[in-house]
Amino acid sequence: MWPASETGIVFVAIAPFVAAILAPFLFRIAGGFTGWLLALVPAAIFLFLLGFAETVIGGGAIAVSVNWIPAYDINLSFFIDGLSLVFALTISGIGALIVLYSGAYLAGHPHQGRFLGFMLAFMGAMLGLVLADSLLALFLFWELTSVTSFLLIGFDHTRQAARRGAIQALVVTNIGGMCLLAGAILVQQLSGSWEMSTLRGMGDLLRDHALYGLVLFCFLGAAFTKSAQFPLHFWLPNAMEAPTPVSAFLHSATMVQAGVYLLARMSPVLGGTQAWTSILVIFGGLTLIWGALGALKQTDLKQILAQTTIASLGLLVLLIGLGSTYSIAAAIVYFVAHAFYKAGLFMVAGAVDHETGTREITGLGGLAEKMPATFIAAAMAALSMVGLPLTIGYFAKEEMYLGLMSGDWTSLVVIVVLIAGNAMLAGVALIVAIRPFLGVVVPTPRTPHEAPLAMLAGPVLLGAAGIVAGVLPDWLGHDVLVPAASAILQRPVESHLTLALDVTSLLLWLSVLTWALGILVYRQADTIRTLLRRFDAWLGWTADNVFDACMFGLIRFSGAVTRALHHGRLELYLVLVFLTLAVALFGPMLAWGGLDWMVPKADLGDWSQRLVLPALQPYEWGVIAMAIAGLLAVLAAPTRLIAILSMGVQGTALALIFLLFGAPDLAFTQLMVEVLSVVILTFLMTRLRLDDRDPRPFEDWARDGTLAIVCGVGVSLLLMLVLNGTLDTRLSDLFTATSVPIAHGHNIVNVILVDYRGFDTLGEISVVMGAGMAILALLRRQRKKAAEKPAPRRRTRKAAP
Amino acid sequence: MNTVIFRTLAPVIVATMLVFSVYVCLRGHNEPGGGFIGGLIAAAAIGVFGMASGVATVRKALRVDPMAIAGFGVVMAGASGLMSLFIDAPFMTSIWLYLDIGESVVPLSTPLFFDLGVYCVVFGTLSAIALSLESDREEDI
Repeated sequence: MWPASETGIVFVAIAPFVAAILAPFLFRIAGGFTGWLLALVPAAIFLFLLGFAETVIGGGAIAVSVNWIPAYDINLSFFIDGLSLVFALTISGIGALIVLYSGAYLAGHPHQGRFLGFMLAFMGAMLGLVLADSLLALFLFWELTSVTSFLLIGFDHTRQAARRGAIQALVVTNIGGMCLLAGAILVQQLSGSWEMSTLRGMGDLLRDHALYGLVLFCFLGAAFTKSAQFPLHFWLPNAMEAPTPVSAFLHSATMVQAGVYLLARMSPVLGGTQAWTSILVIFGGLTLIWGALGALKQTDLKQILAQTTIASLGLLVLLIGLGSTYSIAAAIVYFVAHAFYKAGLFMVAGAVDHETGTREITGLGGLAEKMPATFIAAAMAALSMVGLPLTIGYFAKEEMYLGLMSGDWTSLVVIVVLIAGNAMLAGVALIVAIRPFLGVVVPTPRTPHEAPLAMLAGPVLLGAAGIVAGVLPDWLGHDVLVPAASAILQRPVESHLTLALDVTSLLLWLSVLTWALGILVYRQADTIRTLLRRFDAWLGWTADNVFDACMFGLIRFSGAVTRALHHGRLELYLVLVFLTLAVALFGPMLAWGGLDWMVPKADLGDWSQRLVLPALQPYEWGVIAMAIAGLLAVLAAPTRLIAILSMGVQGTALALIFLLFGAPDLAFTQLMVEVLSVVILTFLMTRLRLDDRDPRPFEDWARDGTLAIVCGVGVSLLLMLVLNGTLDTRLSDLFTATSVPIAHGHNIVNVILVDYRGFDTLGEISVVMGAGMAILALLRRQRKKAAEKPAPRRRTRKAAP
Repeated sequence: MNTVIFRTLAPVIVATMLVFSVYVCLRGHNEPGGGFIGGLIAAAAIGVFGMASGVATVRKALRVDPMAIAGFGVVMAGASGLMSLFIDAPFMTSIWLYLDIGESVVPLSTPLFFDLGVYCVVFGTLSAIALSLESDREEDI
């Protein structure tokens, strides 16, 4: 076990964020070298994580847990096994190259520091995601990748297309994030654990549960949105509005692979069922074909690569769905191969764009002479993508086909889909590597020359890595495939990767068939593109349009709701408020038999005989008469001022009743509130220059009157109901008993306000102050409006002479 | 309303009301009263003062913007709750301190400061509203 692993892993999770915060400041000091300096952070993380390789290859795992919210038993726990280590190493390794590349790609950009900061933060989120063991930590990092990728995609925020792409990615991936949260909570409720490592040891608990379908839906929703599975794939091509380094990072090894990672992670817990296999295989296959066709439609280098990413993601999902030893092995090898070649090709596309000024495949040609190193990098990546022997891509393809040799009809269908998808991807690889670099030289907007070293390092190294891994099958098998596949399958796996070509095996001939079809696709690329575009034009709409329609509908709907509720007529607001009060009063009373007590249980006989007036003192009668008189005066008041004053009279009488019946605090407050109400209402009336009188149509009068009576009756009935039952005095007993000994106060009302329920009071006074500020703002606005009116006249007068 | 009698008497009424408001606030822990009522009385006093002497005079006499008093109140109430952090107790645990000054014992406590905070909020907010409603002309609010 690594001695400093605990602090080390936490450091890995934090370091990128710290570097991200420092990046803009570093940029101010270091200028053009920022990229080189910041690339050290992911490089250091890469080397640090490499230190765990020995343990993990030996079949071990490292678990680290930090107390996060102990009260709820939530830990910030990390877990490193084969699967997470392969992902983490790929992320940090490619991350270092990408940061280096971005430094050169955005050379001279004023916001380069900010960009590198976003990039590092994103990388940190991604690393956290693959290292996390707690489902909540996973969710946290998952959302962080959404937010940081939003910032990255929308980096070029002055362009509308970039903003749209960013928002689209955020909306779609956040729907998935919500699914993940729901799924995580559901799983915790069902199993009692947040830790995925514990869940893996629980066997079929979740698979056999009645809610398995719901859990599966939540997790698949998260994975499918993040990994852009059909029909949620549309956000990925639009995310290409980001600067190329972003695409190279997000769409090769990170962001979009998060969904694949989640599926791989959860497959020991949720996988292997009929539903799991069929959903993953069907959607993965559809996505594969759809993405590959999409790639053939495009002429923009980045768009082509984006569409192939969709296809590759579909392929990975399909492989995880199949779940056999071979297909899981294929998924691991394919993930690594894809990360290498796709990041390399994106960086090549960026370099070409950077040096020539265009990414249109039709406007490029013969660049190999001017940019030899870039061409070599592109060629190496493309060979891996085609899957020729001696590249890592070859093994990925071999493994895929190997798993489907059983010969039943589902395997046959899947293998046909795989061959078709792989052939199209191979054709696209050839297009991307050959079209811009070989053939006739086409004049470009900028005179092309070789890209700078920092931009070459990434693609060349990744291309070479793809070849090196391809000639070392023992290393690839033993050190990468076995630990990761064992982590997914939860049982030891044997590697059987070999360089030997067996001409008698059907496998080799399937590969040959794929390559042949790939070459065919390459030769007929233009025809296929024309046909596909014609089909698109005939279809007329895309998932992208549907998204737009949904968003537009949402905006229209919220606008309609706002207009309906927020119409600006105080009178109707009040009607609504009191209507709600009436419903809230009568609804529960009628529903739960709150009025039953009024029905007499026995024959009452001549009940009018026993009706007596309550025994009250004459002055008490006087106060009650005063309240009623005030009320009648309000109703009969000819002018507003009299109505306000009568209200005051009624309120004062109420305060007196409180005083007489033993609630002096309430009486005090009521009295002061009455005084201030009268004063403020009078001021308001003069301020708003209201008429003295308030004539109202009979309908209004009847409506408001009815509502008032209904609410009043409701409150009275509620109070009678409360008095009718036995009062639960536990709380008041507690307060009475403890008010002096522990709160040192005799006035229980005040003790409750400032001590027992002090936190509520704190909230209330904050609301009082907030309301005060809102009122002041309204008054000031009204005053400003009044003050502005004469202003234009003054201006014209000034301008005249 | 701006009669001579009212103008002459107003300062006396206002002063009495203000002193009374503080009294009501302080006695609140054992007798009817408290920060809320005290604040209401004080705000009413400010309203009366405004009617008698004009908003500008009141503002000058207050020296501080009433809204600032309200803000101070919220901060003070919150801070009195935070005091309990120093004795390693949950938020808003009350702390009592009995000061012996000569013959008498003066109890000080965090709820007292909390109540004074409530007083300031109610007083500040309502005075601010009352004053800005009273000021007819284009004065500052």
